[in-house]
Amino acid sequence: MKELKVSPIKHGTVIDHIRCGMALKVLKILGLTEEPPTDTTSVILHVQGSKGCKDIVKLENKELKKKEVNQIALISPEATINIIRDFEVVKKYRVKLPDTLVGIVKCSNPNCITNLGEPVEPKFYVESRNPLVLKCFYCNRKLEDISSNLL
Amino acid sequence: MKLKGMDLVSIRDLTVPQMNRIMDLAREMVPIAKGKKKSKLLDGRILATLFYEPSTRTKLSFESAMMRLGGRVIGFSDPKSSSVAKGETLADTIRMADSYSDLIVLRYRHEGAARLAADFSEVPVINAGDGAGQHPTQTLLDLFTMREEMGSIKGKHIALLGDLKYGRTVHSLAEALTMFGAELSFISPEGLEMPAETIENVKKMGAEPYITTSVEDVIGDVDILYVTRIQKERFADLAEYKKVAGSFQVNIELLDKAKKSMRVMHPLPRVSEISPEVDSTPHALYFKQAFNGVPVRMALMALIMGAIE
Repeated sequence: MKELKVSPIKHGTVIDHIRCGMALKVLKILGLTEEPPTDTTSVILHVQGSKGCKDIVKLENKELKKKEVNQIALISPEATINIIRDFEVVKKYRVKLPDTLVGIVKCSNPNCITNLGEPVEPKFYVESRNPLVLKCFYCNRKLEDISSNLL
Repeated sequence: MKLKGMDLVSIRDLTVPQMNRIMDLAREMVPIAKGKKKSKLLDGRILATLFYEPSTRTKLSFESAMMRLGGRVIGFSDPKSSSVAKGETLADTIRMADSYSDLIVLRYRHEGAARLAADFSEVPVINAGDGAGQHPTQTLLDLFTMREEMGSIKGKHIALLGDLKYGRTVHSLAEALTMFGAELSFISPEGLEMPAETIENVKKMGAEPYITTSVEDVIGDVDILYVTRIQKERFADLAEYKKVAGSFQVNIELLDKAKKSMRVMHPLPRVSEISPEVDSTPHALYFKQAFNGVPVRMALMALIMGAIE
C-alpha cells in the first residue's frame, strides 16, 4: 500500500510537478512566507517520481489568482494546478506562460525606464520557452534571474 | 512599406525596403540639405526635440533637417530648464509635447525611454538615443553613407573597430549591415568585445563575423573601417587605457596597408582614435558621414509625417 506522506485536503489547491527545490519560491510568490497564514499549507520537497525529482505544495482553502499562476509558470513551467473540492479533484490544468507578461516581473536592468518611477507596468515578451528567455518590451534586454525579480 | 505615422525606436522597427526608401529619398534631399534648393515640404509642421542628454550632431542635424524643409522646431537641450527639474515624469512631459507638436525626437539617459514615450504619445516618436540602448537614425545615416560611397553594401567587408561592448551605435549597425548582406569583422581590445547577444543575433541572420583583437589582421581587405571611441572611464588603470588606445589608433602607417578605396567612418566625437593627419586623406569619410545626418533625417521626417508617400 502506498504511504501518504501528507494527508489529503478537503478544499483548496494542490500545485504538483513543481521543479525540484522551487517550492519555497512558490510560497514566496503566494505571499505565504510573510503574513501569518490562517490555513494549513503543506510543502513536500524533493519527491522522487517517475519523471525525476519534484516538489508539491498543498494549500487549504485557497485558489490561485491568474497573476500567481503566471508567476509560477515563470519559475516552474511544468507545474500543474489541481483544484480540490470535498477531497475530489474538480479541475486540473498545467500552468501556461502567456506570450506577453505585464506587471508580474520587473526588469533586471536598473537603467531601464520601467524602474524609474514612470507610470508604466513592466512588460516582457517570451523570446524562447526552452530555455526560457524573456525580453523587456521597453529596453529590449534579456531578463536575468527571473525568480528574484518577481513582483 | 508605409512609414507614415510610425514610431522609430529601434532599427528593427524597419524592414530593408523601408530603409531603402528612406535612403533613396535622402539622396534627393542632399541639394536641399546643402541649401542649394529650397523646400516647403514640412511648412506649418512643428518638431519637438526633447534632449535630456547632451548632443551636438544629432540635435543640430534634426533641427537643420526640419528647418530646411520649411518646418519649425520647439524643445530643450537642458532638462534643468524644463519642468523635468520639478520632478515631472517623462510620461507627462511626452503628453504635453504631444499636444504641441507633430513629431517628437527624444534623447534620454535611460534605456527604453523612447518605447515608453511612443506608448504615451499620439504623434510619432523618433528615438535619438536612449542610454546604452538604440540610436536608429545614426544607423540609417551610417548605412546611407556606405551605400552612397560604395554603391551597394551587399558583399562588402565592413570592420567595426574599438569599444564594441559599450558603443551604442555598433550593435544595431552590425545587425542592420547583416540585413544588407555585408561581411563583418569585429575588432576590439580584450574586455571590450562585441556582446555575445549581438554576435548570436547576426549569426542567426546568416552572418559569420570574423572576430579579432588586431586591426592588422584585416586592414588589407576591408572596404569600410568603422571606428568607435574607446572610453577612458571603462578602464580602472590609466596606463592600461593609454596602451589600449594607442594600439587602436588609425593613422597614416596603418592606412598604408589598406586598399586605396578603403574609407574610414566614425560616429564622432573622436578623441585620439583617428589621428588628425587622416582627415586630409581620401580615406576620411567621417565628416561627410556627419553631414549625411541631415538628408537622412529630412527623408525620415518627411516620410513619417506623410508629406511624401
